[in-house]
Amino acid sequence: MFRDDAPAPTTIARPQRDPTGMGLRARPSGLGARLRSILGAGTPATEATWDEVEEALIAADVGATTTLEIVDAARERCRRESGGSGEDARRALAAEIRDRLVRVRSGQFELGPAPSVILFVGVNGTGKTTTIAKLAARLKGEGRTLVLAAADTFRAAAVEQLRIWGEQVGVPVVAQRAGADPGAVAFDAVAAAESRGLDAVLVDTAGRLQNKQQLMAELAKIRRVIERRLPGQPRHVLLVLDATTGQNGILQAEAFSREAGVTGIVLTKLDGTAKGGVALAAADRLGVPILFVGVGEEIDALAPFDPEAFVEWLLSE
Amino acid sequence: MFESLSARLQGVAERLRGTARITEADLDASLREIRLALLEADVNFKVVKGFVARVRERAVGGDLLSGLNPGQQIVKIVHDELVAVLGGERHRLNLATKPAVVMLVGLQGSGKTTTAAKLAVRVRREGRKPLLVAADVYRPAAVDQLVQLGDQIGAEVHTRPVGTPALEVARSGLEVARQRGIDVMILDTAGRLHVDDAMMDELVRISGAVMPSETLLVVDAMTGQESVRVAEAFHAKLPVTGLVLTKMDGDARGGAALSIRSATGLPVAFLGTGERTDGLEPFHPDRLAQRILGMGDILSFVERVQENIDTAEAERTAQRMMENRFTLEDFRSQLHQIKNVGPIGELIGMIPGAGQMAGAAQEAVDSGQMKRIEAIIDSMTPEERRRPDLIKASRRRRIALGSGTSTAEVNRLLKQFVEMQKMMKMLSGGKVPRLGGGLGALLGR
Repeated sequence: MFRDDAPAPTTIARPQRDPTGMGLRARPSGLGARLRSILGAGTPATEATWDEVEEALIAADVGATTTLEIVDAARERCRRESGGSGEDARRALAAEIRDRLVRVRSGQFELGPAPSVILFVGVNGTGKTTTIAKLAARLKGEGRTLVLAAADTFRAAAVEQLRIWGEQVGVPVVAQRAGADPGAVAFDAVAAAESRGLDAVLVDTAGRLQNKQQLMAELAKIRRVIERRLPGQPRHVLLVLDATTGQNGILQAEAFSREAGVTGIVLTKLDGTAKGGVALAAADRLGVPILFVGVGEEIDALAPFDPEAFVEWLLSE
Repeated sequence: MFESLSARLQGVAERLRGTARITEADLDASLREIRLALLEADVNFKVVKGFVARVRERAVGGDLLSGLNPGQQIVKIVHDELVAVLGGERHRLNLATKPAVVMLVGLQGSGKTTTAAKLAVRVRREGRKPLLVAADVYRPAAVDQLVQLGDQIGAEVHTRPVGTPALEVARSGLEVARQRGIDVMILDTAGRLHVDDAMMDELVRISGAVMPSETLLVVDAMTGQESVRVAEAFHAKLPVTGLVLTKMDGDARGGAALSIRSATGLPVAFLGTGERTDGLEPFHPDRLAQRILGMGDILSFVERVQENIDTAEAERTAQRMMENRFTLEDFRSQLHQIKNVGPIGELIGMIPGAGQMAGAAQEAVDSGQMKRIEAIIDSMTPEERRRPDLIKASRRRRIALGSGTSTAEVNRLLKQFVEMQKMMKMLSGGKVPRLGGGLGALLGR
């Protein structure tokens, strides 16, 4: 069923906040301030300095394992390429993190030839539906034609939520009744996109904890249904990861990659004080790029991931 | 991928087996393992520092127990320290006023709306009348979500037209609660970031207007290092009385609970498990300690089974098993009982060391295998259920046809049933396989 009718406001706007650029430079705090004090320009970097860097990365949710790797590599790099000042150490650390992000092609999202099916996956409450609305607004702004698939048929009112967003953004939403087979919804949406010659299909799915095997199997099935209808699709499988998530994020990335073939990460809720360091660890571990960041609740609060800006935000004010 | 704290500690215990006392070097190595494990469990790094320091103090300062080797002693010290930090008694909600107001606050996506419905179920179970108030006026369809959940559980939901400010929704909710003789008003609020001043001020105004006797901070069990800052920010602005730790049916260790408790002293009131509206469990410090350690949660398992199984029926079945008179009818009634208890994967996951089995069992249920088995048994005559040996080829065909399955499936079920009977013969002979062991035994549990 298509809803092409005029948008009707169904919620009220929150008090506005101010997202700037990627939204990341807005808040001077945490790791940036810490590193500045740890790695002051004049003072030489000592073992104790590196220990503190380690702690700072752990505090940013990068996780013990990845932190140790990064710090070891940065220390080696610092020794090899430059002197031993705090500023040198800081540069080496920044370069090391940036290289890891760039290596997996973070920030490089290409929609690809029409039709492009984008499947959104993740655990409950990370912001899949909101992210779809934001990406839809973004793609529509670029002149793309699209359709949204309300394949979260499980959570109460999830279909309504996507419908409201669809109306606000002005893109059609394919939906069936609550409790319908999510694969069938995805199939309908893909068929609609094909027959109408649309550029993209954004498929919402129910949040699921990655240790629930039957729900993960259901996700694999949704993927297969799309694949069967359109070989080579879904072209993009985006894992929506909450920036406040800790080390469980790595398990999430692993499990969703295994079952649904994740091609990229969207890091949401980066407008708080959480650094989202687990995304760095997950991207590094699985070799998948971080593609977008969510930095607020406004419809335009989704930005392409910028490795430079991310590192800058991590390491400076 | 992550080694659980219990696995690491078990390594420590094994390494120290045979040594008479803990040397400084042993202790350092052990504490390093403990530190890493706690960080991987998302315990805040500052909290980890303090925790490890206290464990060191107790390990050095004696606390020696006879009968335990040094490795076991470290495990015990860590466990005891975890329980001490997590708090002795569990937090009981203060719902004395009528209506009592319970306000739910937290970050986006932490599970406030689902928790609100689960709380309403609990309130009703205690014979009291809940009112859900939908004051999340920002997230699209959040009100619809609460209304649908209210329908599901048969609880009243107070809503106001779109565009009504949250404060007004809360205020009018309280009025309605007073007029209608409501016992407990459960106020769902919009998720918000702790650094969003305008939104935090809104909460302060709502709180001032409805004067909640309980303000529960809803926190996702997967939360990382930020948990402390989030809790401190909400606690500073609002009279927060306790925590609800959600998504505990996932595989996050829930270190956030330890962090928040250490940093703010706030008690954990409930654990949220699963998306079903009955998935809210009272908090037991020792059980969460064991989970952070990675030891499973046998007590919750036993409790859940007790709550949902018809004891008399279970005893009858057990009796029949012992006497080797177990029939397909008994088997069917068992299947029904298992369904009542809840998602089987969740249950098995509570058994120490049985984590991996959980998925397989759940899959059997969800793939519809269980339903097919029931259909097959339902298609038999009572006589056939009592005496499966009667079921020969033509009866098998009829049963397959009647249940919409195949004769192969009927054959498989009958074969499995014979296997089961054999197993029961063995069990009733006293050869019961032991659950648990491992670290549980080590701790004397």
